[in-house]
Amino acid sequence: MIKVTIDNIEVEVEEGSTILEAARKIGGKVVPPTMCYYSKLRDTGGKCRTCLVKVAKGSAKDPRPMPKLVVACSTPAQDGMVVENTLSQEVIEARKGVVEFLLTNHPLECPICDQAGECDLQDLSYGFGEGESRYEEERRRFGYNDIGPYIKINNERCILCYRCVYLSAQLTDKRLLGVLFRGDYAEISTYINAAVENDFSGNVIDVCPVGALTDRSSRFKSRVWFTKPYDAHRDCPKCAGKVVLWAKGDEVIRITARKDEFGEVEDFICNECRFEKKQVSDWVIDGPRHIKRQSVISLNHYETINKLKETPPKD
Amino acid sequence: MGIKILTEHIDNPELKKFEVYRKTGGYTAVEKALKTMSPDGVMEEVKKSGLRGRGGAGFPTGMKWSFLDRKSEKPHYLVCNADEGEPGTFKDRYLLERNPHALIEGIILSGYALGVEDAYIYLRGEFFYILQILEKAIAEAYEKGFLGKNILGSGYSLNLYCHPGAGAYICGEETALLESLEGKRGNPRLKPPFPAVSGLYNCPTVINNVETLATIPWIVNHGGDQYAQIGVGRSTGTKLISASGHIKNPGVYELEMGFPVEEFIYSDQYCGGMKNGKPLKAVVAGGSSVPILPAGLILKTANGEPRNISYESLAEGGFETGTMLGSGGFIVMDESTCIVRNLYNFTRFYRHESCGQCSPCREGTSWMEKILYRIENGEGRMHDIDLLVDISNNIEGKTICPLGDAAAWPVASAIRHFRDEFVEHVNRKGCWFD
Repeated sequence: MIKVTIDNIEVEVEEGSTILEAARKIGGKVVPPTMCYYSKLRDTGGKCRTCLVKVAKGSAKDPRPMPKLVVACSTPAQDGMVVENTLSQEVIEARKGVVEFLLTNHPLECPICDQAGECDLQDLSYGFGEGESRYEEERRRFGYNDIGPYIKINNERCILCYRCVYLSAQLTDKRLLGVLFRGDYAEISTYINAAVENDFSGNVIDVCPVGALTDRSSRFKSRVWFTKPYDAHRDCPKCAGKVVLWAKGDEVIRITARKDEFGEVEDFICNECRFEKKQVSDWVIDGPRHIKRQSVISLNHYETINKLKETPPKD
Repeated sequence: MGIKILTEHIDNPELKKFEVYRKTGGYTAVEKALKTMSPDGVMEEVKKSGLRGRGGAGFPTGMKWSFLDRKSEKPHYLVCNADEGEPGTFKDRYLLERNPHALIEGIILSGYALGVEDAYIYLRGEFFYILQILEKAIAEAYEKGFLGKNILGSGYSLNLYCHPGAGAYICGEETALLESLEGKRGNPRLKPPFPAVSGLYNCPTVINNVETLATIPWIVNHGGDQYAQIGVGRSTGTKLISASGHIKNPGVYELEMGFPVEEFIYSDQYCGGMKNGKPLKAVVAGGSSVPILPAGLILKTANGEPRNISYESLAEGGFETGTMLGSGGFIVMDESTCIVRNLYNFTRFYRHESCGQCSPCREGTSWMEKILYRIENGEGRMHDIDLLVDISNNIEGKTICPLGDAAAWPVASAIRHFRDEFVEHVNRKGCWFD
């Protein structure tokens, strides 16, 4: 075990852990935001640069500070390392810059985006960005891209975190998604408009931090905060079958995998569970899904309801 | 003319043939090393020589070699970075097309020192004609027993392969190069782990520039100490400088480190002074990535000392008043050059060549390009100038690989030294240079 200090809080982690893992062990505000890192997927991280932190002391052996800001998600923690996240003005400024970069080409179409309300980029810009944009140029545009009946791709919204690329390489048996072109022309695509067809392809929707990959079966049906989330499960031969039903009255609008406190999927689910089982009778309801009080989704609170069929109490 | 290590016989058009290279003393270093020296002995000489990487970063080669994880049971690799893409730099091309055997000899010696059995040359895609020259030279070396199994009966075996890139500047970054060599998309990797621990196919790998490797035979022949006596201070040996721009004699020149910049520009032996007789305006001393310097600061440092071609002298004054030796792409500009247009050109290049992996570089380079295009074409606003500085600050040091820095430094330095010209572009609503 090694000891790491982040924002004056000391924590013990196993050797070989990253700074981010140490910060997540502490939890709360010291956890740097992540847009590309995904602990369930190998090789992710390092790309979005939102988790930049300052290493004020390298380690007990070599106390020199690191010359540049480093990415928390893939920099290994050392014994005696001192990290500054929210305490360092340099980190705050750098993160503000990164948020600005991520937003420069991101279309301001949250009002018509299905991800709005549970979008990592919304949270990030609300938490770390500026109120106004200094970007006055034209935003980039991509051609229409059809990747099949289940998933809608919208490359204008993409922040190129590569999570879907790694997921399709690691979870599905083919490399379904890849990146075409370079620089700001780069876009997520299949091989020449091929459809993404695989039992687990729907998980790219859950790992996408923005609205670039959304669920076609629930497209434009409801804002997230008008739907109520319920934990539910079924016996699925393909996956764990543990899901969240997002329902409006008796109608199941959308089904997603369950996400942990860092917004990461706990168990990946199959396409049948996600897209085909849209009846309440397909599922066993476990109870309401706990949503953080800060989330817009919690506006629609429902602590008193236990089952979907029950009518809300009259007051 | 000073001492010539790399270009002594380079004017002989037949030098690329094995026999001719052999007659000029070629491959004697391989014979010497394999028959009389141990691998550690070769490494020791390179360490003593103080040779620094000629690709741009200037990292000591001997130290880089010593980082190689030699205890690892995995195979070790040596990769020659011949993906020379820096605007303004064309020294490796000059060596490769005229003296390929020097590189091959350098690779054999380095491979021997590092215990490598497979070495690769990653060649820039646009150098397709050089691929043919190199493959011919490699075939000759195999035929004469300098490559392949049991070289000169010493028991040491080395296979050398040449791999052409596909035209991406980013693949000159060492980890992107490795990805590309593995057949993947050329995206730079996160470091650590460094290539010396986990490089090509996750095996310990050393990556060196063409010029660096081509210098090794001379060091083995003459000894590291003798090499260290050439040059000045920690900048030992000679450096190839690719001179271009508004000068009378553009071309590649081999200079002893410590050669005065003023003499280099104005001497008839070298650049020959300014073309058309217009006064010097600015110099980009080390390839497009390094900060631009105005005439006053390139000839003399801020303290008034004459500047010379060496890592230390060019870097004197930090980025406030100095620059970097970089890869030695010496771009000279006279008074008729528009700094804004030149900067737009550079920035457009970096926007096009950014791999698009990390957000500051992907978004920042295209943003800067768009702003510079507006300023140059009369739609600039006064606050754009400070915005450019801000954007370059937000990119610098926050990206995965040095391409972000390379895109940010020219912008920051051009505005630092030529802010008036940017302001004039905004006031006059456009460019007045023809």
